[in-house]
Amino acid sequence: MALYSEKVMDHFRNPRNVGVIENADGVGEVGNPVCGDIMKIYLKINDEQIIEDVKFETFGCGSAIASSSMATELIMGKPVSEALQLTNKAVTEALDGLPAHKLHCSVLAEEAIKSAVKNYYDNNGIEYDPKDFPDPEVEACHMH
Amino acid sequence: MFVYADNAATTAVSPKVVEAMLPYFTEVYGNPSSLYSVGQKAKEVLEESRERVAKVLGASPREIYFTSGGSEADNQAIISAARIGEKKGKKHIISTKFEHHAVLHTLQALEKEGFEIELLDVHSNGVVSAQQVADAIREDTALVTIMYANNEIGTIQPIAEIGAVCKERGVLFHTDAVQAVSHVHIDVKEQNIDMLSISAHKFHGPKGVGVLYARGGIVLTNVINGGAQERGKRAGTENLAGIVGLTVALEDVVAHIDETNEKLEKLQDRLIEGLSKIPYSELNGDRNLRVKSNVNFCFEGIEGESLLLLLDDKGVAVSSGSACTSGSLDPSHVLLAIGRPHEVAHGSLRVSLGEDATEEQVDYIIKSVSEVVEYLRGFSPFWGDLVSGKRPHVFAEHTVA
Repeated sequence: MALYSEKVMDHFRNPRNVGVIENADGVGEVGNPVCGDIMKIYLKINDEQIIEDVKFETFGCGSAIASSSMATELIMGKPVSEALQLTNKAVTEALDGLPAHKLHCSVLAEEAIKSAVKNYYDNNGIEYDPKDFPDPEVEACHMH
Repeated sequence: MFVYADNAATTAVSPKVVEAMLPYFTEVYGNPSSLYSVGQKAKEVLEESRERVAKVLGASPREIYFTSGGSEADNQAIISAARIGEKKGKKHIISTKFEHHAVLHTLQALEKEGFEIELLDVHSNGVVSAQQVADAIREDTALVTIMYANNEIGTIQPIAEIGAVCKERGVLFHTDAVQAVSHVHIDVKEQNIDMLSISAHKFHGPKGVGVLYARGGIVLTNVINGGAQERGKRAGTENLAGIVGLTVALEDVVAHIDETNEKLEKLQDRLIEGLSKIPYSELNGDRNLRVKSNVNFCFEGIEGESLLLLLDDKGVAVSSGSACTSGSLDPSHVLLAIGRPHEVAHGSLRVSLGEDATEEQVDYIIKSVSEVVEYLRGFSPFWGDLVSGKRPHVFAEHTVA
C-alpha cells in the first residue's frame, strides 16, 4: 500500500483554497517551523455568520497540505458554529485515512480553524468560552 | 523523464551481476556444507568469492566474513570489539554524532550495558579529524568506530589518518564503509583498518548480502548463532547467489572508481551550481571532501517530504532528511550534527547520482527542484514570515558555491 490514500494525494497535488484573503475577518495560525509544520487559515465571514470564503497557507509535509485543503473544503459555506464542530477525525475520514504518525496534521487543521474563528470572535467582540479554544502555542512538537 | 537519483538508498542490480548470480539459483544450488559434488562446487565458489573480495579490499580471505548486509556487519564488528575490550576492563568507545543508525543504535545498546560512548563532533562541514580521535583515546578505549563516508551528506572522513592513530595507540578501529567503497580506494592494510563493513546493494549488487572484514587475530562474537558457517562466526546457510553477486559487483565498481569519479565530479559541480541559484539555500557538508555522487541541500521555508513527493510526480526519485520522511519527531540527526537548526533541516534534499547519470538528467533535477521549491514557498506561511522579516533567515540569499 502506498503511504497516502488517493484522496490525500489528490488534495496534496491539487490543493483547494490555497492563498490569502486580504482583510480577512479571522486569521488563525498554528504549529511552528521547528516542528516542521505551520498552518494558517483565513476566513471571510458574512453578517449571518456564514463562512463565505476560506483560504489556507501551509508549510509542512504532504499530509499537512492535504489536511488543510480538505478542512477548508469541509467548512466552506458553512455557519461558523458548524465549522467549530469540525474534528480532526472528520478531516482524516474525509481523506480516507492518514498514516498513524501523520494524524497530528489533521489535528493542526482542526486547531487552525478554531484559532481563526477565535480571532474572528475577538475582532468582533463576540463572547465565547475560552475552554473551547485550546492554545496550540503551548504545545511542543507532538505526535498524536 | 525519469531520473533515479537515490543511489545512496539503494542501486539497481547491474545486468552483469544478475547474469553472474543466476546459475546459483538453479544449477549450483547445493549447500556449501554438503559433501556431495553439487555442495562442494558451491563451497568452491564460496571460497573463490571470498578470495576475490579479499583481494579488492587488500585483505586475506580468512579475514572476510559474509553477512546479511551492512547493518549486521556493523553490529557484529562493534559487539565483537566491545566483548574483547571488556575482558581487559576497557569499556570506552569513540564514534561520531552522525553515524548510521546501525552503529548508533548498537552503541546505545552497549551504553545500557555500562559502556561509555563518546560521540565526536563533526563540525559544520561534516568531517571529524584524526586529532580529535587522538585526543579522545584513553587507556580504557575499546574501539574507535567512524564511518568512511556519511550516508546523507557524503562527507569523507580521514580514515587512513584515524587508522594510523588507532594503530599507534593500540585501539581497535572499525569503519562503516557502506557508502564509500564504490567511491574511494580502500586498502584495509595500508589504511590500518581493523574492521570494515560493506553492503552489496549500494554498488549494484543484490540486497541482503554484505561483508564484515575483520583483521586476523580479532576474535569475533557471534550475532547469529547456529551452524559452523563462516568459520563458526556467522551461522546460516550461505547466500551463495548473493555472495557471487556481491563479488562481481564489487570488482566491477572498484575497477571503475577513477573514471566514475571523473565523470561524476563534473555532474556534481553542475548540480551544486544549479541548486545554489535557488535563493536562501545551502549545500550540506564539505564542498570538496565528499563522494562525487552526493549533493545535499537545505532550502528555507519548505518541508522535505512535500518536496520529494512533488519531485516524484515529475519523475525525480530523491530523498530528504525531514522528520516527516523519517517517521520521527526530529529531522535528520546528521543535519542536526552539522549544526543545521531544526526548521532548516526539515527542508533538506539528498541527491545521489548513479554512474550512468547524464548532464540532461542533472539539468532536469535542477529545473524540477527549482520549480517545486518556488511552488511550495508560494503558500508556505513560514516562507512568508521569512520574506516579511517576521522570522530571521538562516542562510544568505545567495551563497558562493
